[in-house]
Amino acid sequence: MTTLIPPAAGPGDAPAAGGPGSPALPDALWRTTWRRLWGDRGSRTALIAAALLILVALTAPLLSRLGGWSPTAFDADAIDPYLGGLPHGALGGVSAEHWLGVEPVTGRDLFARVVHGAQVSLLIAFAATAIVVVTGTAAGIAAGYFGGRVDTVLSRLMDLTMSFPSLIFMIAMMSVAQDVNRVVLMTVVIGVFGWPGIARVVRAEALSLRHREYVEAARACGSGPWRILTRQVLPNISGPVIAYTTLLIPGMISTEAALSFLGVGVRPPTPSWGQMIAEAVAYYETDPMYFIVPSVFLFVAVLAFTVLGDALRDILDPQGGRP
Amino acid sequence: MIAYLVRRLLGVAGVLLAICAVTFVIFYLLPADPASAACGKTCSPERLAEVRHFMGLDQPVWRQFGDYLVGIFAGRELGSGPHALQCGFPCLGYSYENALPVWDLLMDRLPVSVSLAFGAAGLWLVLGLSAGVTAALRKGGLLDRTLMVGAVATASLPVYFTAVMLLYGLVRLTGLLPYPAYVPLTDDPVAWAVNLLLPWIALALLYAAMYARQSRSSMIETMAQPYIRTARAKGLPARTVVVKHGLRSAMMPVLTLFGMDLGALLAGAVITESIFGIPGVGRLFYDALQRSDQPVVLGVTLLAAFFIVAANVVIDLLYAAVDPRVRN
Repeated sequence: MTTLIPPAAGPGDAPAAGGPGSPALPDALWRTTWRRLWGDRGSRTALIAAALLILVALTAPLLSRLGGWSPTAFDADAIDPYLGGLPHGALGGVSAEHWLGVEPVTGRDLFARVVHGAQVSLLIAFAATAIVVVTGTAAGIAAGYFGGRVDTVLSRLMDLTMSFPSLIFMIAMMSVAQDVNRVVLMTVVIGVFGWPGIARVVRAEALSLRHREYVEAARACGSGPWRILTRQVLPNISGPVIAYTTLLIPGMISTEAALSFLGVGVRPPTPSWGQMIAEAVAYYETDPMYFIVPSVFLFVAVLAFTVLGDALRDILDPQGGRP
Repeated sequence: MIAYLVRRLLGVAGVLLAICAVTFVIFYLLPADPASAACGKTCSPERLAEVRHFMGLDQPVWRQFGDYLVGIFAGRELGSGPHALQCGFPCLGYSYENALPVWDLLMDRLPVSVSLAFGAAGLWLVLGLSAGVTAALRKGGLLDRTLMVGAVATASLPVYFTAVMLLYGLVRLTGLLPYPAYVPLTDDPVAWAVNLLLPWIALALLYAAMYARQSRSSMIETMAQPYIRTARAKGLPARTVVVKHGLRSAMMPVLTLFGMDLGALLAGAVITESIFGIPGVGRLFYDALQRSDQPVVLGVTLLAAFFIVAANVVIDLLYAAVDPRVRN
């Protein structure tokens, strides 16, 4: 549930990217990053796993059509009514017809549900991460660069947000809200509480950048704050921001799954991993496959993005947290 | 130090007030009407109006919020006339479900959640820190890599998955532990611990993995500091360098994290409690949600916020006591 956000890099930590007016990450750095990611067996595996999961999520409707079943279609032939609706056959009904077996009682195809679940889970996780990163970076950069009253107000707001019992609050908000698009609501609710972590990291970076010579030079040349922030400061903090963004994703996936597990996430029949696991808990002894399939997907997704984020942090923000 | 303390406590009051206001407004603005829920299906419009008046729902939102705040500090009377309910300090309202004071409900469940949180915290601190520090001292070695792969994998397992697996392995399959049923510490300490062991392990595994990762990186960073080199150069024994010079300052960021995590757990580990059916605050919260019992939901949220803020203050004061620079 908790995302570990490493301590902010102290002032004086040289950011990875180049000098004034450089693009978000210079080509050479992209190449180095890529080479180091690909060169390490662990991060290469994580990268492939993450890419595959994203691909699965994007092509979910196509994949389920390929499997021959819609995620909401019932299949009464695949289950045994005399056994309390348990699937026919071994391993939860794994067959040429149903690749990963079926749900007990309804006979819905697990493969179709788990790939559509990937779509819902990853969509929410990525959208919430986007909200967090954009808000957090904007708040952090403003607090760090402008300082003074802006910094005071924004820092107070960060402290306040961090004092909220976020999981309890999210659960409460998700359960009382009615008649709204659950996916949008969930994205916003998860996104609202995440921004202070990255804002603190960005604030520390911006604080150390604001008196660098090239920033002073740009100011002396008559650049306005907007231009300085977007052309000088932002490119130079993009390394850590990219690393922390990747590290945020697993936390978002877990949060979405936890909320859906508790029954306050997306509503059935829309599948999501957490919700599938919650339904499967009752069957863990009689139909373990039903419990294991969504759990494995969730586990692999969280693990892959964590490993990838760790690797990116080591490459792009070597002094932040882990030397 | 006293000035710092006063300033810090004033800040805390402000934060709690803000959280209280935000929580109240959100629950007020949301559409569910508690009066019609409380009144039942066969409710005449006149009766509904009476109920709304009794609950104070016919008042403007700022008035309701004001009454709620006053109630927390001074207690208040709910409704009027012969059916008025006297709600003493600290009044968090009455549950819509069973008309019991929210405060009593919370205090009834709190020992359970506190038992769960402290037991798990002890376990994860021991496991996580020893794994993290061991890995840091053998950085790059086989043990380090094994521990860290284990930690990252464990941290990726959702607590409900671990819980079910443990339940299967330790209870159903081998019968090593009983199915958790809460026994108060004062009744039977042994049964208390035995029954809570399973939830402790389930909760602690996840946190231990995160703490191992955090303490490892913190320890590595500290051990690379110049003063550690100095301590070594002075000829201090390796043990003294690691424990007195390294560990002490490496644990600072971990301590901050610990305050937040423990604070959040004290007011209920919602998922763990609902999986194992432990009657703690988290379970109370979960049940209250199913029944739209808003006073209870609001009460738990405030209690949780209070614990998080309180834990932060305690940690900050510890910092200030150790490091005079923090006080300014």
